[in-house]
Parts: sequence; structure tokens; C-alpha cells
Amino acid sequence: MSSIIQVKHLSKEFGDIKAVNDLSFEVPAGQVYGFLGQNGAGKSTTIRMLLTLITPTAGSIEIFGMDLHHHRKEILRQTGAMIEKPDLYKYLTALENLRIFALMSGIKVTEKILMDQLAMVGLAERAKSKVKTFSQGMKQRLGIAVALVHDPKLIILDEPTNGLDPQGIADIRKLILHLSGDLGKTLVVSSHLLGEMELIADNMLIIDRGRKVVEGKKEALLNPEKVQVEIITDDKERALAVLKETAWRKNMVSSANGTVLLEISKADIPELNRELTEKGINIFSLRPKHTLEDFFLSLTKN
Amino acid sequence: MLQLLNIELYKIFKRPRTFIAFGVIAAIIFLIQIALKFGGEEYVGMMMSGLNSTFDAPADQVMNGYFVCFIILNLLLIHVPILVALVAGDMISGEANMGTLRLLVSKPVSRTQLLLVKFTAACIYTFLLLIWVAVLSLFLSMLLFGTNQLFVARGEEVNIISASDILWRYVAAFAFATVGLITVAALSFMLSAFADNSIGPIVATVCVIIVFTILTQMQIPFYDNTIKPYLFTTHMLGWKGFFYVKGEEGVTIERSIGNLPAIIRSGLILTGYAALFLFTAIWYFKRKNILS
Repeated sequence: MSSIIQVKHLSKEFGDIKAVNDLSFEVPAGQVYGFLGQNGAGKSTTIRMLLTLITPTAGSIEIFGMDLHHHRKEILRQTGAMIEKPDLYKYLTALENLRIFALMSGIKVTEKILMDQLAMVGLAERAKSKVKTFSQGMKQRLGIAVALVHDPKLIILDEPTNGLDPQGIADIRKLILHLSGDLGKTLVVSSHLLGEMELIADNMLIIDRGRKVVEGKKEALLNPEKVQVEIITDDKERALAVLKETAWRKNMVSSANGTVLLEISKADIPELNRELTEKGINIFSLRPKHTLEDFFLSLTKN
Repeated sequence: MLQLLNIELYKIFKRPRTFIAFGVIAAIIFLIQIALKFGGEEYVGMMMSGLNSTFDAPADQVMNGYFVCFIILNLLLIHVPILVALVAGDMISGEANMGTLRLLVSKPVSRTQLLLVKFTAACIYTFLLLIWVAVLSLFLSMLLFGTNQLFVARGEEVNIISASDILWRYVAAFAFATVGLITVAALSFMLSAFADNSIGPIVATVCVIIVFTILTQMQIPFYDNTIKPYLFTTHMLGWKGFFYVKGEEGVTIERSIGNLPAIIRSGLILTGYAALFLFTAIWYFKRKNILS
């Protein structure tokens, strides 16, 4: 699969601080690319460099096969973005804001196109309301409409679900999956909501202190060779005693607070289940604990 | 480019703040006109007392629309720059403050183009503000006070300009004042490019204008040749040159200008300053990391 974005050895220094340090990654076409990192990890700086808001200290960025520095206009014409919280012109209406940014993207717009965009993000009824009357969630939706109004091939969304209620988050998730799955758009989405990322991203990049920690397909990142398994039983003390008498004791990670946690190979889960059952322990479930959040924290905890 | 200019003008004139300047100007001009309508003769008497004792003219002849406009411009053209700074100083830093600058800069428009369009919009606003001053101070005064000869004090002398020789001088004076105010707009615009909030550039511009104006008006010989020639506020007073006329045996020569080269020189210096401020703004903004 071809890459829409190719970033090579990208660095950005602010004085003595290295915000981004020798970062390289590729974003495949037509997919949702999750961009993860703690606050201050360098996500926003990287996104701003992709949008020419910040000049890199070193490295190169190619988007749509073109060098960003030399083909800025052509690239930005096909790119839509929402950067952090979308602050728009508060004294203008949603429709006026959308029209301004559509025109700035160099497209001719009709009222119908603009209204369709607002309807897509659930703001059609507030089209003529001033943005200063909007909640943070509504501004967030309008920011997404602004990013999409010129029908870009590449969409960059920085924390798109910030400030949204659960229904709003679900709507944005649905929209992202629709843009990628049905319309073939490429999306780069940064978020600190790891659970959300787990639901929408095809590929992921995790950065920490400006450096790449890991990059790859979500399934590969979430399904490593070893997983942590929590044993749910009606008699944890007995289960613990049994495990300590067997070879499983070397796999035990934790037995505090009444929780029994083992780190084992996924292939060994049926065997563990059989052995405990044969020894008369009622197993309700063996729950793998290796979620994206665990993985993320394990990679960035230091 | 025209499309972008339309957008900028739309944004400027949709903001309630923009009309504060128009309101303030109207209020000041009305107050001056009311004061001169009811106490004009006293004012003229005070003015005459400082002149050559051989000069005498009836106060009702001196007090007319042209004279009122001249007084208003003398008072107002020091303060209008502050109102220009309110908008020009907000053009870039205001966008940064609102968080819209990052959206604008990530659009397929070059930063130079964006700044040129914004500066043009600020110039158009300045021009409209001066048109507003002209309408209220000249045309409304002509209606309220009538027209007659214009008496212009020049040191201890008085230039008397016939009614038929005045209007073109006002057109020229307003055109010159536009150049002066665009210089102020450019200064404020440049400071706006450096900042991420509107207050800084607006206050800084106002401070520069106040300090420079004080220096311009200080009657200290040491400053006359060392500092004053380099202050743009000195050259902003060049509009008065259109009302200083040549005379022959005590009679004013129609359509004459006392020192045209000085006016042209001041105009060129102001244009040079405006270009320098604009160039600096573009140079800096092209390299600026947008972190707001």
C-alpha cells in the first residue's frame, strides 16, 4: 500500500529543548493513523510541522509524494486539519465561519454544500447562530466541518473528541470510520483517549519525549506474544495456593488486592484453564489485560 | 487575492469593535462643532490675541466651515492614529489570540500573500476612517457654519485663503493624512506580527505615538536637527503645508503652496517608513513558528 505521508528523520528544537527528535514514520493511504503520546511528547509539534505552521530543524516531509517545503500550496489544498481546540471567529455564525475557510481553501462553495457539511456534524439547525453561543463540543464539531469542507484527501485531526459528551464521541468515531472506510480518505488522528484510538485506528505511532517508541498495525501492537491474564474465580486464595505449587508460579506477576495476574503466552491460556479446573477451582474467566492503555503505559512509563 | 481581501474586509466590518473608532470620531467632532457654534467668537478672539496686533478681522468672518474643519484636523489627526492602531494592531495578533491564525496559515495561501492582504484591508479601513473624518469635519461643518475665507495662523502671521481656493487643499491634506495614518497602521501591523495577543501591539503603538508626538512638539533646538527629522510623527504634520501659501506684497497667490518640496519629502519619508515596517513584518512572519 502506498504512503500518503513520509516523514524522515524529523527534528525540531526550541532552544535547548528537543521537542521532536529524529522521528520517521509513514502513513498508509486510506487508513486511520493513530498518533499517540503523553502531553508534551511532541504530537502537536509534529502535526504543526505537517501543516507548515512550524519549520523543522532537520529532516524531510513528503505528502502525496511531494516535498512539503516546495509544494506547500498543492499539498495544503488537499489537506484538511483541525489543530487542538478549534477556535473560530466567535462574532460570526457557523455558516459564515465555514464559508470563510472554504473560500480560503480555494474552492467555490454554495450554501447547499455548506449546509450539508454542517448537517454531517449535526449543526444544521445552528447554522445561523454565532459561534460565541456554542458549547465546546459544538465548536469541536464545527472545527471538523471546517477541516472537511473542501473535500480533502488527507485529514489531520488533533484531539477531535476533546470536550465532547459520550454521544458526541460516538458520532465523531462513526464519522471518522465513514470517512476512511466509505470515502477512502486518509486520516491522521491524535488523541489521548486510548480506548477511542483502539476503536478507530488501523495503524499507530506512539511517541515519547519527541522520539518514536513504536509504530505498526494496531493488531500487531495489541497482540504480542505474551499477555497478562487476570484469573476471575470464586476462590482466589485457593487458586493462588494451587498456582504456587505448580510451574505457573514463575509466571505470576501480582497477587495483591485479591487479584491473580499471570504473564503467559497466549497459547498457554487453555492449558492454564484446564489445570486449574482439574484441581477443582471454578474459573469464571481468564481475562487478557493487554489493552492499548496497558501497552501505552508500559512503553512510556519511564 | 481579491477573494482573500473580501474575506478580510468582511471580518473587519463584522466586528462591533471596528465601529468604536467611527463612533468616537463622530462624538469628538460633534462636541467640537457644538463648542464652536456657541463659543466660536470667544475662541477666535483668543486666537487673534496671540497674533500680530496689526491684523484684525471680524470673528464672524473667521468662524466658518473651513476654519472649523482646520481646527478639528489640528486636534484630531494626533488622536486618529490611536484608533487606527485598534484595528491594525489586531490584524495578526488578534488571530493568534483567537486561535484562528493556525487555521489561516494551514490553508493554501502563502504567508506573504496573507500579510499583504491583511495590510491592504487595514489600509482600506484607515482610508474609510479618514473619509468619515472628512465628511463630518468638512462637509458637516460647511453645512453648519457656512463658507468663507480661511484664516490660517502661521507663527505671528496669518495666511488668508479665498473660499474658491480651499477645497482642493483639503482634498490634498486628507490624501497626505492618509499616507501618514497608513504609516501608523504599518507600525501597528508590524508589532502585531511579533505578538500573540492584541493588547501588546495596540498599547505599544499608542506609546510610540505619544512619545514621538511629545518629542515633535517640544520646542528644544537640540532636538530640531538631531531627532525630529527622523520621527515619522514630525512628517505626519506635513498636511498643514497645503494651507501655507505664498504671498506677494501681502496678497496671497492663488493655488500656491508655500513649500511643496518639504511636503513631498515628508510624504516620501512616511512611505519609506510604511514600506520598512511592512517588509519587516513579512520577513519576520515568514519565519515565525505558529505556536498559538
